[in-house]
Amino acid sequence: MTSVSTIIFYTITFLSVYVQVFFLVTFLENRKRIIVRKGGIKLAKYPSVTIMVPCWNEEDTVYKTVRSLLNLNYPKNKLSIFLIDDGSTDRTWHILEKFTKYNNVKAFKKENGGKHTALNLGLSHVETDFVGCLDADSIADKESLIRIMSSFEKNPDIMAVAPSVVVHDPKNIVQGAQTSEYYLGVFLKQMLGFLGAIHVTPGPLTIFRNKVFHDLGPYRRAHNTEDMEIAYRMQKNHYKIAHCNDAYVYTNTPHTISRLFKQRLRWVYGFINNTIDYRNVLFRKKYGNFALFTLPAGLISILAVSYLFGKMFYNLGNFFLRKFSEYQAIGPSSLDLYSNFKFDTFFINPQSIFFVFIVVYLFVIGSVIFGKRMAEGKWSVSLDLVYFFSVFGIIAPFWLMKAVFNTLVSRAPDWR
Amino acid sequence: MKEENIDWKKYLIVFFITALLFIIAAYVSNYFSNKKLVQLKDIQDKISIDILSSETQFSLLSDLSCKNVSGSFLSAELNDLGGKLEWSQKNLGDSDTVSYLKKYYSLLEIKDYLLMKKISARCGVKSAFILYFYTTAENCSECENESIVLSTLREKYPELRVYSFDYSTDLSAVRSMIQIYKIKDTLLPALVIDDEVLTGFKNIEELDSIIKKSFDMKDIKSTTKSQ
Repeated sequence: MTSVSTIIFYTITFLSVYVQVFFLVTFLENRKRIIVRKGGIKLAKYPSVTIMVPCWNEEDTVYKTVRSLLNLNYPKNKLSIFLIDDGSTDRTWHILEKFTKYNNVKAFKKENGGKHTALNLGLSHVETDFVGCLDADSIADKESLIRIMSSFEKNPDIMAVAPSVVVHDPKNIVQGAQTSEYYLGVFLKQMLGFLGAIHVTPGPLTIFRNKVFHDLGPYRRAHNTEDMEIAYRMQKNHYKIAHCNDAYVYTNTPHTISRLFKQRLRWVYGFINNTIDYRNVLFRKKYGNFALFTLPAGLISILAVSYLFGKMFYNLGNFFLRKFSEYQAIGPSSLDLYSNFKFDTFFINPQSIFFVFIVVYLFVIGSVIFGKRMAEGKWSVSLDLVYFFSVFGIIAPFWLMKAVFNTLVSRAPDWR
Repeated sequence: MKEENIDWKKYLIVFFITALLFIIAAYVSNYFSNKKLVQLKDIQDKISIDILSSETQFSLLSDLSCKNVSGSFLSAELNDLGGKLEWSQKNLGDSDTVSYLKKYYSLLEIKDYLLMKKISARCGVKSAFILYFYTTAENCSECENESIVLSTLREKYPELRVYSFDYSTDLSAVRSMIQIYKIKDTLLPALVIDDEVLTGFKNIEELDSIIKKSFDMKDIKSTTKSQ
């Protein structure tokens, strides 16, 4: 008998595998276009660029961030740096002030109002054709900006270019796990770039044509994911976003589970709520792969993880109920798992879904490895992959579901 | 700005590749399931030969001595096979092959039961027999618990032989057993110990004392016989 739950299970699994295969096919189609440049390059023209660094209590990291900008391989007279203190209460302003001795650095101080307000203050002073932002927890690679600018030079239609964000100096398992995850991100972002379907222009060093903000307006609060909302807005208005796989930005990642949880909760909540805000884009073919693939794929992943997690809990509940009933039937010896457990390969269930999952895992592992190759130009596998599967496999469902829950709770009044 | 061109062909191709992956997975799964069933059939054939051999041996030696009757003690192997069959029915789908194997299994159980009863009566081997009727046709949590109780007792008493029968097995020999002991499907699980029918869930203490009594009875019988 095929139950409703089995149909749901297979549908969700099918959709999840579909997404993976879609990425794989995109990769195979475009693999020749992925290049990893080593060393410096030259541009025909060096357009002026402004890079804004919004800061809020970043005394630990901002020095290195600004230093990395000053070291960029880009003509100094073509690069302005805006340091914007969004009402820090620590020594951030003190550090920023010191950099104003450089001709191309300007520092601004304002009352705390959120990252998007700091960026908008910067935007109102920008006079260059290109503008970008570098989060104060990130460090730009020396060649990153020039490589990004080469993408604009190659294709005048491109309105924004996102770099490859990789983990800076991972020190523990949590950061190790994120290292692999960011490589996976590089792979997926590059594929979405080929599809013209990027849904986030990350805070670490995405460069825009200033026209974007002229035409579409400044940053919005957007559920504290302003870098996602601007990408949605660009997609809605058919502004092209590309990804430059060999422009690296190293970012400091959360080093504890609880900080990681908070960050990811914000991201997923942002994804869900921006998607709700832009729901009239969803499944409309005039918005391209962004509407038909990126957003649905994100929603499917949330649905799949929530469903599988719910199912796991249901099975676990059943198991304990069964154990309880066994306990009632035969008493304490039911708790003696070892004597009852006899290993026999016969009892490994060769369900088809088992083989499907193996394929999915292989896809993910392959994507991480290719991501690393795209970002760093080398083939290698590390223990981080194991950390990635264990940390994200166990904890990701929780932040996904918390984000869904928060959305339901806060959105509930709007429904009537 | 230009609107995007959607590559519909790609969406379709990806759909077919995904479907193909699922079909391959189903094929591989089927291959391994069949392998398991073949494995079960092999075990069953082996047990069948063993029982036949014991029967033959018993007939040959019946007039001579009980010493040479090994009794074959197939119980453990039979029970192990039973467990695997149940698992297969639950996890590999209730296919024709599984129900065929189950019929075959029930028949082997009855043969073993009859043979062991004869051996125990004639040679005074210490033993107790339980016929256990359960159902898989409906969700019977009491049956599941009874199975656990019985396997626990079997570990405690190696001489205890439990023969389990699925009430819904469509085999005349099993139907006859059900008729003989007047087992009703509304009163499952049901146990037959020393020709006495017990219905409903029996906990471990109740069964333990009944089994002990059964052993004692056999002891008395065998002592009176040997005198």
